[in-house]
Amino acid sequence: MTVVERQQWDVVVVGAGGAGLRAAIEAREQGARTAVICKSLFGKAHTVMAEGGIAAAMGNVNSGDNWQVHFRDTMRGGKFLNQWRMAELHATEAPDRVWELETWGALFDRTKDGRISQRNFGGHEYPRLAHVGDRTGLELIRTLQQKIVALQQEDEKEFGDYEARLKVFQECTVTRVLKDDEGQVSGAFCYERESGRFFVLEAPSVVLATGGIGKSFKVTSNSWEYTGDGHALALLAGAPLLNMEFVQFHPTGMVWPPSVKGILVTESVRGDGGVLKNSEGKRFMFDYIPDVFKEKYAESEAEGDRWYDDPDHNRRPPELLPRDEVARAINAEVKAGRGSPHGGVFLDVSSRMPAEVIRRRLPSMYHQFKELADVDITAEAMEVGPTCHYVMGGIAVDSDTAAARNVPGLFAAGEVAGGMHGSNRLGGNSLSDLLVFGRRAGLHAATHAVAATDRPAVSELQIDTAAAEALRPFSAEGQEEGTVPENPYTLHQELQQTMNDLVGIIRREAEMEEALRKLADLRVRARRAGVEGHRQFNPGWHLALDLRNMLLVSECVARAALERTESRGGHTREDHGAMDRDWRRINLLCQLRDPTGGLAATDPVRGQISLRRETTEPIRPDLLALFEKEELVKYLAEEELFE
Amino acid sequence: MTATASAYEAHFRVWRGDVGGGGLEDFEVEVNEGEVVLDIIHRLQATQAPDLAVRWNCKAGKCGSCSAEINGRPRLMCMTRMSVFGREDVITVTPLRAFPVVRDLVTDVGFNYTKAREVPAFVPPQGVGPGEYRMMQEDVDRSQEFRKCIECFLCQDTCHVVRDHEENKAAFAGPRFLMRVAELDMHPLDAAAESGLDRKTTAQDEHGLGYCNITKCCTEVCPEGIKITDNALIPLKERAADRKYDPVVWLGNKIRRRTP
Amino acid sequence: MATGTEPTSTEPHTESGTGVRGRTRAAIAAPHLRTDRWWLAPATTAAGLFAFVVYSTWRAFANADYYAAPYVSPFYSPCIAENCEPMRHGPNWEIFGSWWGLSPALLILIFPLGFRLTCYYYRKAYYRGFWASPPACAVAEPHKKYSGETKFPLILQNVHRYFFYAAVLVACILTYDTVLAFRDEHYEWGHMGLGTLVFLVNITLIWAYTISCHSCRHIIGGRLKHFSKHPVRYRLWGWVGKLNARHMLLAWASLVSVAVADFYVYLVASGAFDDPRLF
Repeated sequence: MTVVERQQWDVVVVGAGGAGLRAAIEAREQGARTAVICKSLFGKAHTVMAEGGIAAAMGNVNSGDNWQVHFRDTMRGGKFLNQWRMAELHATEAPDRVWELETWGALFDRTKDGRISQRNFGGHEYPRLAHVGDRTGLELIRTLQQKIVALQQEDEKEFGDYEARLKVFQECTVTRVLKDDEGQVSGAFCYERESGRFFVLEAPSVVLATGGIGKSFKVTSNSWEYTGDGHALALLAGAPLLNMEFVQFHPTGMVWPPSVKGILVTESVRGDGGVLKNSEGKRFMFDYIPDVFKEKYAESEAEGDRWYDDPDHNRRPPELLPRDEVARAINAEVKAGRGSPHGGVFLDVSSRMPAEVIRRRLPSMYHQFKELADVDITAEAMEVGPTCHYVMGGIAVDSDTAAARNVPGLFAAGEVAGGMHGSNRLGGNSLSDLLVFGRRAGLHAATHAVAATDRPAVSELQIDTAAAEALRPFSAEGQEEGTVPENPYTLHQELQQTMNDLVGIIRREAEMEEALRKLADLRVRARRAGVEGHRQFNPGWHLALDLRNMLLVSECVARAALERTESRGGHTREDHGAMDRDWRRINLLCQLRDPTGGLAATDPVRGQISLRRETTEPIRPDLLALFEKEELVKYLAEEELFE
Repeated sequence: MTATASAYEAHFRVWRGDVGGGGLEDFEVEVNEGEVVLDIIHRLQATQAPDLAVRWNCKAGKCGSCSAEINGRPRLMCMTRMSVFGREDVITVTPLRAFPVVRDLVTDVGFNYTKAREVPAFVPPQGVGPGEYRMMQEDVDRSQEFRKCIECFLCQDTCHVVRDHEENKAAFAGPRFLMRVAELDMHPLDAAAESGLDRKTTAQDEHGLGYCNITKCCTEVCPEGIKITDNALIPLKERAADRKYDPVVWLGNKIRRRTP
Repeated sequence: MATGTEPTSTEPHTESGTGVRGRTRAAIAAPHLRTDRWWLAPATTAAGLFAFVVYSTWRAFANADYYAAPYVSPFYSPCIAENCEPMRHGPNWEIFGSWWGLSPALLILIFPLGFRLTCYYYRKAYYRGFWASPPACAVAEPHKKYSGETKFPLILQNVHRYFFYAAVLVACILTYDTVLAFRDEHYEWGHMGLGTLVFLVNITLIWAYTISCHSCRHIIGGRLKHFSKHPVRYRLWGWVGKLNARHMLLAWASLVSVAVADFYVYLVASGAFDDPRLF
């Protein structure tokens, strides 16, 4: 029997990025004793990487903006696959969430009259992104972090203990969400990375806010933390994942040098005037405006250029199309042999803005290229190419409460939750998503916890099973005669290569089937993943444990991508190149085959994941009325239009 | 991974051990064009030392996790390009030496989180609701510079006040958190003064501003290029001097307060 | 539970020292691992400052060769003792009576000396160069105890701004001296010599150094909470800030220029050199 420390909390938040911290703040302000648990140090979460801004229809720069316009842009960007209620809540609540940050000390860039400045971004009709230079994510995380500290200071005054009602367990990992006999969430099984010590946080509510899955891909803008932990925890707890085939490839990642390949080049570069050119010097985006967007984008370079100064009388340049369109266009240019020397295209601001303006508006981009690639972006063009950036799919949640399906007490917010962004996320909508749904998840998790009269029990058996699972990599050698333990780093590299090559930006049926076979093989080998040394801060061990999550999530992505025989947003099928209106109403749900949360099945055909189709609820008529009929015809199936 | 023409073998010395002791270990490891020190540490993990402990996150100089000392200088491993070293150089990588070591390149940076809690938070102005905040760009510029801080704690590590004198840790907040005090004191809407908190005085009395002897190492190591000393610490010292060492200012304030 | 997975040791190592060699820190015996020539900067600084101290001590105590019409050495200006050499329209006021028998330079040098001694740049320079506190970044300092500027006497560094006020006065007087340098040796106006140029360069650098002072930056605008309500002071603060960024450079340049100006007067006064007249 494993003796582990147990602590009782009301709400446990897994993840300390924007969504997790916002959830924790809300839960604590609702009176719930809240624990936050995160893999990195407090304040290092992947949210700091967000550059462009927070989309919120405050109308500070263009008073024509309002939540309806924001809602429309979001639905268009997501090709109408969005959970429309989430998109509605998001658009209506985002301004309040941004203004609230100011009362916690955030300092956004200002307009001339002292309000929050807003910038243009791909897919947004008006300048809408509240920003701080190109380090908005850092500002967001720091503000939330400092708000948490402020709440802890209050508690210190009241109880003499900073952590009386709100504690951050930094550098800890959750390996299992625990449930009681009735299927209620009862807590989380965790280990401390620093010491390797196991512990259990008992709580009736668990909020998953673990971010995305990018580390399953080779070229990614995501950090090591993005191993799909929350997705996997939800699956293992019995909750379904929604539309996992939609993975956003950001059009502009660095392509050179190899060691920084994938690191993000912010969309603000284009929002502020940067243009994309191929090796022939042509602004190729004009050739890639899809029919659904024809009326919204400029037809000539001259018109596009005029738009920066006079957006009311000109249409925006096609560099600012939604990310999926731009990423595909770049991919096509490179394939056609018109790419840059290192396999990307050119993104140029140097010929568009004075050097000093570039340094002021894009300081971290300037810094990043100077330091990492020896490129001076004020003097020469950057080389950029698509990079895995974001997963639109995620845990299927209730739009209003952020509660996961099937598992009472489980909530999810941020990138780990699915539905909000449909098939493609607009830039800037992520940070607002974190705040809007982070708060909602915290609120409802706290309500759920307070309503729970009996605390769901955590049994010893569960703890023993979870501990045994976590320790497995240390005893890998002894499992079978004659087999060598696998190196987790090698397995990870192979997984990344597989996903990148076979389930990447352009997908083909045969390749995805191949991917599923490879994943099955990797799953078998991953069970033999062994590590050296001991449990104290052992990265090999941590990776071996994360592999389980990445493999589960990758299988979801591959299976769902294989199933959806159309191209839409972040899912492009070479063999089904067009968007199919009948697919609009179909959601694909992934679920674990083994209802007990076990992972025995390693059969390549069957796998661990089962997939099921679900027809979505029709869009509320008053929201549909926000669109022109001609536009709806492009997206909605005949039957939907008649209703 | 196949070696390219420009690849070479570099000599690395990496500190390995824990709080019980340890030492520098030698490694020969492949280096390719365009790589940074963190890439090499990762290659060591993947090929020679799978349990080599290292903290890192974004690998793009934005999160401030991979702080270490490279050839004795506090730096971010992800922003230190291998091309700054000669091919024959021995490259020594150690954990931050101002903080207790946990394992290998990982240190216990808890000191910084303790200090963060000791700085009273932003005090929102009374009667100004969310959405009603009006601040001019020129008024937020100064604090915005300080908010570029990625909390890599290199300044805390290099500052001799605590690096060389463990006993000063209790009294001294370190450059990062004195800068936080300055940031709040310069925030155009911070209402600490109205609530009875004088950040200028507490900077010296409670956060140990007087320990700083402005030798500028914090500014030298800052990967964000924040002018910590010139723009935060010295202005804060001047503000403290306003309060405590300038009878002219003191008298002026006295008179102004009496006459309505 | 699996065996061999527990951490090996949690007790601090026993080779206890202080600072970077403390018990909980990574066990590395070397006080630093820097491979660059980190000692060069503090050594140069110390050498430079030491040279100036030697030179200025000699000149300050010399009490001779500080006036050669129309030039007065900046070390002796204003000259405020009875034993000063008479300077026509020059900055000599006999505030101190005949009881003062030492060099009159000592009376006035206190102010620029105090200004530079408490200057934020020079503090860095001599803390590093002379005190080795620290010798260079991430190089262990040799001192057992450190209390910085929290205690007497170093807490007095906080009076820097008073020396700034005094330095402004001194700079005004040196400006006056420079104006007087537009005379010839017969006190006729409208002439210039090489010395006038030396004085012009010197006073420009003295002003630039004085204005670029951190205290000045604070007084002129730094202490404001809302720049937007004080547009003029904000603009001034911006200019001072630009100069302030070069405070170190200006500190050295003006230190050298003041010594050069003094030495020039010395050469002319002692007859070693004739001031070439331009017109």
